[in-house]
Amino acid sequence: MSIELLGTVEIGRAISRMAHEIIERNRGVEALCLIGIQRGGVYLAERLAERIHAIEGVRPPVGRLDVSLYRDDLSLRREAPRIKETDVPFSLNEMRVVVVDDVLFTGRTIRAALDALMDLGRPALIQLATLVDRGHRELPIKADYAGKNIPTSRSDLVKVYYSEEGENDRVLLFNAGELQS
Amino acid sequence: MKKDLLGIRELSAEDIQHVLDTASGFKGVLERDIKKVPTLRGKTMVNLFFEPSTRTRMSFELAGKRLSMDVANVSVPSSSVVKGESLLDTIRTMEAYGADIVVIRHASSGVPHLLSGSVAASIVNAGDGFNEHPTQALLDLFTIRQHKGRLEGLTVAIVGDVAHSRVAKSNVYAMGKLGMTIRLIGPPTLIPSGVESLPGVEVYHTMEEGLPGADVVMQLRIQKERQEGGFFPSIHEYADLYILNSRRLAMARPDAIVMHPGPLNRGVEISSDVADGERSVILDQVQNGVAVRMAVLYLLAGGWVSSGTSGQQEELASSA
Repeated sequence: MSIELLGTVEIGRAISRMAHEIIERNRGVEALCLIGIQRGGVYLAERLAERIHAIEGVRPPVGRLDVSLYRDDLSLRREAPRIKETDVPFSLNEMRVVVVDDVLFTGRTIRAALDALMDLGRPALIQLATLVDRGHRELPIKADYAGKNIPTSRSDLVKVYYSEEGENDRVLLFNAGELQS
Repeated sequence: MKKDLLGIRELSAEDIQHVLDTASGFKGVLERDIKKVPTLRGKTMVNLFFEPSTRTRMSFELAGKRLSMDVANVSVPSSSVVKGESLLDTIRTMEAYGADIVVIRHASSGVPHLLSGSVAASIVNAGDGFNEHPTQALLDLFTIRQHKGRLEGLTVAIVGDVAHSRVAKSNVYAMGKLGMTIRLIGPPTLIPSGVESLPGVEVYHTMEEGLPGADVVMQLRIQKERQEGGFFPSIHEYADLYILNSRRLAMARPDAIVMHPGPLNRGVEISSDVADGERSVILDQVQNGVAVRMAVLYLLAGGWVSSGTSGQQEELASSA
């Protein structure tokens, strides 16, 4: 059995609120861009950009980032991760970059994303938006914008489903024991 | 889990597609200002070349360096091999230095296969005798896919000294597995007998018969010393019959691309106007070679699982 942490309506509201917070914190959308981490972060970045467009009348550019090549756990994995597309079709120099990921957990993916971004340019600043912050950080990283903070057990699995992949938007929590079956 | 890349013969169609898909990600890295990623930091690669090579060796070296590997180059004239060290001792020494991947080129067919069972390091075949040159075939396929958007159903003419070409052999194996048609064109002395029984292969002895309808024309390098072997009467006669010039290229499909593994013998197997023309993708092949070799090194060092079922577990693990 899994527990639904967020449903379609809550996800929509969270994205709406985060869009407002991003605009407020950055005092508008000047030099703002969103970078989604493959894959879920890319969907969320696109949705945030749509919401920001609806509010401000300007759509910030959206890039997609795959962090596989910057991970620190390649030697611990059985299989090399499949490399997805990195596409940042604009300069990051002097931009205010909001990195978007779906689940913030150990922080290691964000560490990899920061290194990857630094190889692409020199942003003015980098902020972090995440749909779910489930705790258990292993690095000094925190979210600037979080859809929901959810205490979890370290061995749980949090999975996000997207309408872009033909599912109903929702966030589910699976307990560790049930993953075996 | 795959340890080595010995030849295309050992790969499935899915394996080949997996390498090409992975290489697409690395092509993006090569197009950036900073053409380097930290992925294989701490890993060591040795280029062990028993035959002269400029481009393949440099391509592997750049591939390794752009993945942040430590790369050492060993070429025969400066190695202990000339002092009589055996192949196995040489490669065990490389391993004792901490080599995770050994890229090997040798004049004898089967040397990479012989060594692969004796060391824990991954062996990558960079050309063994008349047998195979798998990374060249992979970069050729990657280049064809880049320009044609697909591979299955395409017709590729491979022209020249097929019998002595490890490039041609690896391509024939790969293209057959991917559902492509391979037209081998050359004098009967330079086409291996019985080759037409391999999947997808057709044999022609003239360009006029073989080129019409081809989507890709791949010219092979003719080695001038073959003339002394009696495989053809003279280099001039060979050039008359098999050079790819603009008149002959017009017989292939109007959107056909021109390929060559290099180095070029201009005026022998390819004319300069075709080699430098707008349908030539020869320099794309060179660039793509680095991306494809990065993909091979990445997969071998990071874990190359051939079955399609492991992907789902990976998906679950990465979303955690």
